[in-house]
Amino acid sequence: MAEEQVTTIVDPLHLLGKVEEFKRSGYRLVQVHCTKVGDTFEINYSFDLNYQFRNLRIVTDGTTEIPSISGIYWGAFIYENEMHDLFGIRVAGMNIDFGGNLIQTAKKNPFANPSFRGEGPCPGE
Amino acid sequence: MTYLSRSPWILHYDASSCNGCDIEVLACLSPLYDVERFGIINTGNPKHADVLVITGGINEQNREVVRNIYDQMPDPKVVVAVGICACTGGVFRECYNVVGGIDCVIPVDVYVPGCAARPESIIDGIVRALSVLEEKRAKGRDATATVARGGE
Amino acid sequence: MSRRIVVPFGPQHPVLPEPIHLDLVLKDEHVEEALPSIGYVHRGLETLVVKREYPEYVYIAERTCGICSFIHGMTYCQGVEQLVDCTVPERALFLRTIWSEYSRLHSHLLWLGLFADALGFENLFMASWRLRESVLDVLEETTGGRVIQGSCKVGGVRRDIPGETLDRMRSDLTAFERRARDLAEVFLHDESIASRTRGVGVLSREDAYELGAAGPTARGSGVGIDLRKTGYAAYGRLSFKPVVETAGDCHARCAVRVRELFTSIEIIREAIAKIPDGPIEEKPKKNPEGDYFSRAEQPRGELVHYVKGDGSRHLVRSRIRTPTLTNLPALVRMLKGCNLADVPVIVLSIDPCIGCAER
Repeated sequence: MAEEQVTTIVDPLHLLGKVEEFKRSGYRLVQVHCTKVGDTFEINYSFDLNYQFRNLRIVTDGTTEIPSISGIYWGAFIYENEMHDLFGIRVAGMNIDFGGNLIQTAKKNPFANPSFRGEGPCPGE
Repeated sequence: MTYLSRSPWILHYDASSCNGCDIEVLACLSPLYDVERFGIINTGNPKHADVLVITGGINEQNREVVRNIYDQMPDPKVVVAVGICACTGGVFRECYNVVGGIDCVIPVDVYVPGCAARPESIIDGIVRALSVLEEKRAKGRDATATVARGGE
Repeated sequence: MSRRIVVPFGPQHPVLPEPIHLDLVLKDEHVEEALPSIGYVHRGLETLVVKREYPEYVYIAERTCGICSFIHGMTYCQGVEQLVDCTVPERALFLRTIWSEYSRLHSHLLWLGLFADALGFENLFMASWRLRESVLDVLEETTGGRVIQGSCKVGGVRRDIPGETLDRMRSDLTAFERRARDLAEVFLHDESIASRTRGVGVLSREDAYELGAAGPTARGSGVGIDLRKTGYAAYGRLSFKPVVETAGDCHARCAVRVRELFTSIEIIREAIAKIPDGPIEEKPKKNPEGDYFSRAEQPRGELVHYVKGDGSRHLVRSRIRTPTLTNLPALVRMLKGCNLADVPVIVLSIDPCIGCAER
């Protein structure tokens, strides 16, 4: 059984206003995540109220700074830091900024340009 | 091996496991499998441990941690790689953050296959490790790593 | 005179089977601030989605976490089924529900054991884990795997459970329930457990909602979110009420999980009684196209699998938002102002699954 999922595409400039609307209507934040599509990045902000799922999407080029929604939803810092660490998206004004140290990876921004290890012998040291 | 003359202590470390093998290692301590009847005790301190049981493949973040734990353990010591990820990297071997099996970083004495490794094979593997431990003890400090396949 | 110091907690800590690191800013014995940092079990498995064809990726999705593996696989399959135009047969939906609830039983019993151990109650740890083995026996008999089941596939399930096995499973639940009642009695009413957990790590209802807490962490604070109520799999055909406690402390979160054992038992009973005959899978008609947020209730809370396909055999993106990740902000809030000695119990009370959270 499919649930209805409404995705609205918004301009990054109007993001905070839209998120505030959700907050005022009593929605909870479900998740924030980033997807790389070609050369652009889609960022999805998902909300839920009484099992009604709503989704905001912004599209960015990956170099522009996007505003943090952690001033509205305090807990959003965990997703925004994750997005920063994995995709290199710069988020301005996070309430708790780990400075790229939430998820420590050997490769910088690994999800922006995914790479894989070959089949060959064990790399070792 | 017919009997154990000593009580081996085990240190368990989760390198980058999915938890599947971890909970099976813990299940070995539960009343059904009860490895404590062999005198095997799970310790949290590397300096107390004879056997290092590692689950999961090595990832970039804990390469040093594993090396560090291994170096702190007193000789003779044996390493048991539990589960296919610890043996070779398993389904995650291609992930950018996974280095590979445990033997990329430290010498492994016993490989326990399975995803997740069953408690029976883990116990088999640890018992096999104990005979390796005895051999190493007999050979003294200069013992070279014996590779034994375990868990069949 | 009070001094501020930072105490590192983890990554290798006796109370945690898995590595997580917390920086605790202390003023004497009081925690003023706690900051988590993760990455010790980060594998980057979501990137593998472009290397594996979508039916194969089920195995990767399942191995996100070995404790709630079945529900990970199922949630991923539910998402992809939306993209490939596939109607899962009724019987498969009921089987998924039954396996999900057995997974929940095993996960909750596992957690109850670990929690008892963190309180220094080793006997209770052993009792919980002994009871858990009987759940694993059922999972092993019906799927072939104890902790990684591999029985879900896109379009249905991989194997059926014969009718006589279902009947036996249902009659075995009576003995299981009796043993679970004995355990519940201790967890809910034992004085030493109460004194370690009551009033410890309180999360208010408002905070739980605002910080996006999920699962027993939210329901322990009076927020009755239970994704099973959205009616995925066969839950829409079954009657059950989400378990909600209002105190918001560690005891309440523990009580939610204890009482959920009996909800799960009831759900399994009802599902076995109502399961229809019929096929157990339907073949996908096309390659996945479009995107979908698939949501399900894991033992730890709301799980979201985002899948996006472009019409090829490989998905473009899989994003797994696990309940532990969304419970971390709530944990940070709970730890603020607690005593250092309570930190292990509070950390455990959200049922952290780091393998999930870091993927």
